[in-house]
Amino acid sequence: MISKEEVLHIAKLARLELTEAETKKMQKDLTAVLDYFDILKKAPKVGAKKLNGDGKNVLRKDVAIQKPASLANNLVQAAPDKKDNYIKVKAIL
Amino acid sequence: MNLIDLTIAQLHEGFKKKQFTSAEVTKAYLDEIKKTDGEIGAYLNITEKLALEQAEKADKIISSSKNFPMLTGVPFCVKDAILVEGEKATAGSKMLENYVAPYDATVIRKLKELGGVILGKTNMDCFGFGSSTENSAFKVTKNPHDTSRVAGGSSGGSAAGVAAKESCWALAEDTGGSIRQPASFCGVVGLKPTYGTVSRYGVYAYASSLDQIGPMGRTVEDVVTVFKAISGKDPMDATSVDYEFKEVNVAMKGLKIGVPKEYFAKGINPEVETIIKQAIKKAEEAGATIVEITLPATEYALACYYIIAPCEASTNLARFDGIKYALSEPGDNLLDVYLKTRAAGFNAEAKRRIIIGTHALSSGYYDAYYKKAQEVRQLVREDFQNAFEKVDVIFAPVSPFPAFKIGEKTDDPLAMYLADIYTISLNLAGIPGISLPAGKIGKLPVGLQIIGNHFEDNKILAVAEHMEKLLQ
Repeated sequence: MISKEEVLHIAKLARLELTEAETKKMQKDLTAVLDYFDILKKAPKVGAKKLNGDGKNVLRKDVAIQKPASLANNLVQAAPDKKDNYIKVKAIL
Repeated sequence: MNLIDLTIAQLHEGFKKKQFTSAEVTKAYLDEIKKTDGEIGAYLNITEKLALEQAEKADKIISSSKNFPMLTGVPFCVKDAILVEGEKATAGSKMLENYVAPYDATVIRKLKELGGVILGKTNMDCFGFGSSTENSAFKVTKNPHDTSRVAGGSSGGSAAGVAAKESCWALAEDTGGSIRQPASFCGVVGLKPTYGTVSRYGVYAYASSLDQIGPMGRTVEDVVTVFKAISGKDPMDATSVDYEFKEVNVAMKGLKIGVPKEYFAKGINPEVETIIKQAIKKAEEAGATIVEITLPATEYALACYYIIAPCEASTNLARFDGIKYALSEPGDNLLDVYLKTRAAGFNAEAKRRIIIGTHALSSGYYDAYYKKAQEVRQLVREDFQNAFEKVDVIFAPVSPFPAFKIGEKTDDPLAMYLADIYTISLNLAGIPGISLPAGKIGKLPVGLQIIGNHFEDNKILAVAEHMEKLLQ
C-alpha cells in the first residue's frame, strides 16, 4: 500500500490540495493502478536506438505571427483577475 | 419528410433543389433538442443565436451560388473540448465552467468558412478523463437507445447527439477511444483519423501525443465529407502533416483482413464476439481473405496507455492554476491559490490521473514507469507494422461490451479503463480506426472497428462503406 506521506508528497509536486478522505481513497486507487502496471515488467526490452529511431523535430522560424488585437484582449478577458489590459497575479516574492 | 432524418449528402441535395433552407433545418434541430435533450443530456450549451446567424448566412450562399460546399448550411455539434470563439468551452469541468473561448480552433475556423452551422457544445467526461461521460462535472449523458445506460465516453454528448437526431453530425476528439467507443455504444459512425491529419490547435490538450480530432456521423459517407473538410497541415499545430484525402477504390474481393487473436482471447462479451464474427464472415462471403494475426504487445497496451496518458495530462493540466483561466479560489499567497483552485476545479478522476502521472514522472520512478511505457509503445507500433505487412486492414471489436448501466463502473477505475482495451493501441501507434455499427444486443448497438495503417484513412473508410452495405 502506498503510504499517506507518499501520496501527499506527489500531491505537493502536482500542486493539488487533497482532503483527508481524498488522500485515503488516493492511497487505495494509486496502489491498485501501480500494481496493475507491474505487468510491464514482463514486457521485452527495447534498445535505446530503436526507441528514438522514428520521429523528428519540427521547428518553425522564430518570427512573430500577426494576430488581431482582439485575440490578446479575449485572452486577458478570460483570466479571473485583471486590471486594465493586464492579468493580475499574487506577489511572487 | 422529416428534416432531422437527413444525412449531410441528402441535406446538400435538398438545399441545391431549394426544397428547404438551412434556417428551416437548423430550427428543426433546435426544436428537437428542446424536446428531447432534457432526457438525453447531450448538450452543455446550445448556441442558438450563433446557429441561427450561421444558417441565415449559409442560406445567402446557397441562394446565390450553384456550387457550394457539402457542409454549407448543415447543422452540427461540437465536443466541449474544442474552442468556438465567444462561446463557453468547459471541457466538462468545474475548472472551466465559465471560460469563454478566446479564439476558434482550426477545425472550427475551417467549418465556419465552409458555412457550417454550430448547434451547440456537447457533454464529455471532464477533460476527456473517462469512458462513460459520468465524469462530467455537469450531468450524465444518457444512451438514446436505453436511457438507463451510459452513452460511452469521453465524447458521449457528441455520440448521443447524433444518435438522438439532435444533430446531423458531430465533432469529437479521441485520446484512447473517445470517438470510437461512444460511437459504438450509440450506434453511429466514428472516425479517429491518423495522428497528424487533423490540426489539434484549439482543442484542450489531454495527452498531446495521443489526442486526435475526428468526426461522428450517421453514415460513412458523411464522415468522409467531414474528414475531407477538416484535415490538412496547420502552421498552428507542429504535429500536423501535409495530408490530402484521396478517394480510393477498394474491392472486398481479394482484400486481406487481419483478425487479431488477442482481441478475442478473454474478457469479451460473447454476444459482442458473435456480432463481430458475423461481420467478419460477411466480409469473407463478399470475397475477402481472413487472416489470423497476432499483436503480442496487446496485454501491455492498457498499462502503457495509463502511464503515458496521465503523464502527459498531469503536465498539460498544470496550466490550470487559477491565474489564466476561469476559476480562481482565493488564497493567502500564490501557492495557496494554486492548491485551492486545483482542489476545487478538478474532479476525482482528474485528480487521480494527475497523481498517477506526477508519480510516474517523479524522481526515482521515471525509468520504471514512463520510460518503460515508451518502450512498450514502440512494441505496440511494431506489432501493427508487422501486421500491415501481411494484411490490408484489421477488423476488431471497439469495446469488449455494449453500453453499461449508469453507475455500474464508477467505483472501480480499472474496470472502467478496460472499456478502452481495443481502442487505445491505435492511439499509441498513431494509426486510424473507425467504429461502424455492426449489430445490436437487444436495444444496444455494437460497433465493428476497422483499423488501417498510417495515412490509410481513405482505405478503411472505403472498406467501411462496403461493410455498411453488407451489414444492412
